[in-house]
Amino acid sequence: MKDIPVIPRAKPEGPLRPHERSLAALGMTPRVNRRAFIAGALVSVLPLATARATPEAMAAAIKEVVGDNAIREGRVTLDLPPLIENGNAVPLTVSVESPMSEADHVKAIHVFNEKNPQPHVFDARLGPRNGKAVIATRIKLGDSQKIVAIAETSKGEFFSASADVIVTLAACLEDLT
Amino acid sequence: MLPVVFAASFALAQVGADRAGADKRRSGYQDMGAALQKMQDDDSANPGMLFVQLGQQLWSKPAGAANKACADCHSIADMKGVAARYPAMLKDGDKPIDLEGRISLCRTANQQAEPFAPESRDLLPLMAFVANQSRGMPIAPPQDARLTPFREQGAAIWVRRQGQLNLSCAICHDDNAGKKLAGVTIPEAHPTGYPIYRLEWQALGSLKRRLRNCLVGVRAEAYAHEALEYVALEVFLMDRAKGMIFESPGVRP
Amino acid sequence: MTQVLINAPKTAKKGEVIELKALILHPMETGFRPGTNGRIIPRNIIERFTASWNGNEILRMDLSPAIAANPFVSFFAVATESGKITFRWTGDEGFAVEESVAIDVA
Repeated sequence: MKDIPVIPRAKPEGPLRPHERSLAALGMTPRVNRRAFIAGALVSVLPLATARATPEAMAAAIKEVVGDNAIREGRVTLDLPPLIENGNAVPLTVSVESPMSEADHVKAIHVFNEKNPQPHVFDARLGPRNGKAVIATRIKLGDSQKIVAIAETSKGEFFSASADVIVTLAACLEDLT
Repeated sequence: MLPVVFAASFALAQVGADRAGADKRRSGYQDMGAALQKMQDDDSANPGMLFVQLGQQLWSKPAGAANKACADCHSIADMKGVAARYPAMLKDGDKPIDLEGRISLCRTANQQAEPFAPESRDLLPLMAFVANQSRGMPIAPPQDARLTPFREQGAAIWVRRQGQLNLSCAICHDDNAGKKLAGVTIPEAHPTGYPIYRLEWQALGSLKRRLRNCLVGVRAEAYAHEALEYVALEVFLMDRAKGMIFESPGVRP
Repeated sequence: MTQVLINAPKTAKKGEVIELKALILHPMETGFRPGTNGRIIPRNIIERFTASWNGNEILRMDLSPAIAANPFVSFFAVATESGKITFRWTGDEGFAVEESVAIDVA
């Protein structure tokens, strides 16, 4: 069987990604590199109770994407199980009704959460070459909360859908905590 | 240089082998929501399949002083049905051995290599690959009278109260299976999918790891890794699940 | 070396909308979890997933620590012409993996 090559690349540089900016806004340090961690130089032991995004942080993250534009209901379907057996891997599908033509297509899908440590989940860039504006993936949810999906069209319109989910946990885990 | 491409979906119906008597036993698969069932059924979405693929690669890799690969002695077809009939007694052994132990024995005795660490990155994928060859087959513990005392030892552990919470396995998984505990359905605890990709672990793990979680769950001291108790429990559990369809690699919360 | 599983049809009709699925082995360590020593385990995630059809980008996805370990993505593409669909994952610790599948479009 073949080896899949892992191509070495320089460390992440350049402007902070959206989820890193949100973290910085919440007072946390993104991009702690492994060497510094081992040297103990940048020890940030975050008490988990305080390192949380809030509905305000989610609203700010949404505003960064949408600006002053109106957000309309409809066209977006956010598919999540209402009762989640484990928040570590939650299947999620976002579908947007759209002709996906050159003139009228979904150009981006953004998903946000309100109670994880930072409000971003993912940002996907699409185009007419997709044929269908559907993205499915698996996400992490630290708590029962609201998830919001926003679709941006090539005409500059924004549509959104949200879902409230309950996250549970099994009784018998590895650790006592 | 083609990557592995899985084009098919795998739909599993856990009806049990006993059609006439309507088997009422439920695999943990049936207690999961539809989204997780779909994750298990789709070979290109089931994270356990990443480990099966890795196991397939390790299967052909020579190891140890003997410089032998599993493939040098076994064909993949030889592995069909194996996981469904473990734990088993070794030909001239006095104790049952589980699949993990059997693979480890091949590694040290036949490949003459260093033993695997428990839940190691090499052992688990090999277990996953071997177990996957029994997927779709009924669980079929061997008819070996020598297993009887160990099955009875497992049965005794099953009903014994343990730990600070003073619970026995049977209290949750026999008496209260199907009811909810903190919002989650209590499964009957049949080992139909091992090694499983447990979402809680975010990794593949063995039945032994899951049993250790149970012991911590009732606040008991987990037996040592090499303890016979785990194998005895597995002999009992596989017998209790006899006839149910093997699903490895299962996905479980 | 890492494990990747791709589900893509080998053939398609021109103009057909096909589903593509990609699964990769990666811990997606969030950077928020304390390790057994009480210190936070540093973040180690895949930050970007892209797919291209004969070099033309058909999907670009920016991931965050909120994406589950061993990330799975499923999306759609219009079968335009025969060739290669290339998937690329990049992220922390210099992570960069590329995998391609061939497709025949009639």
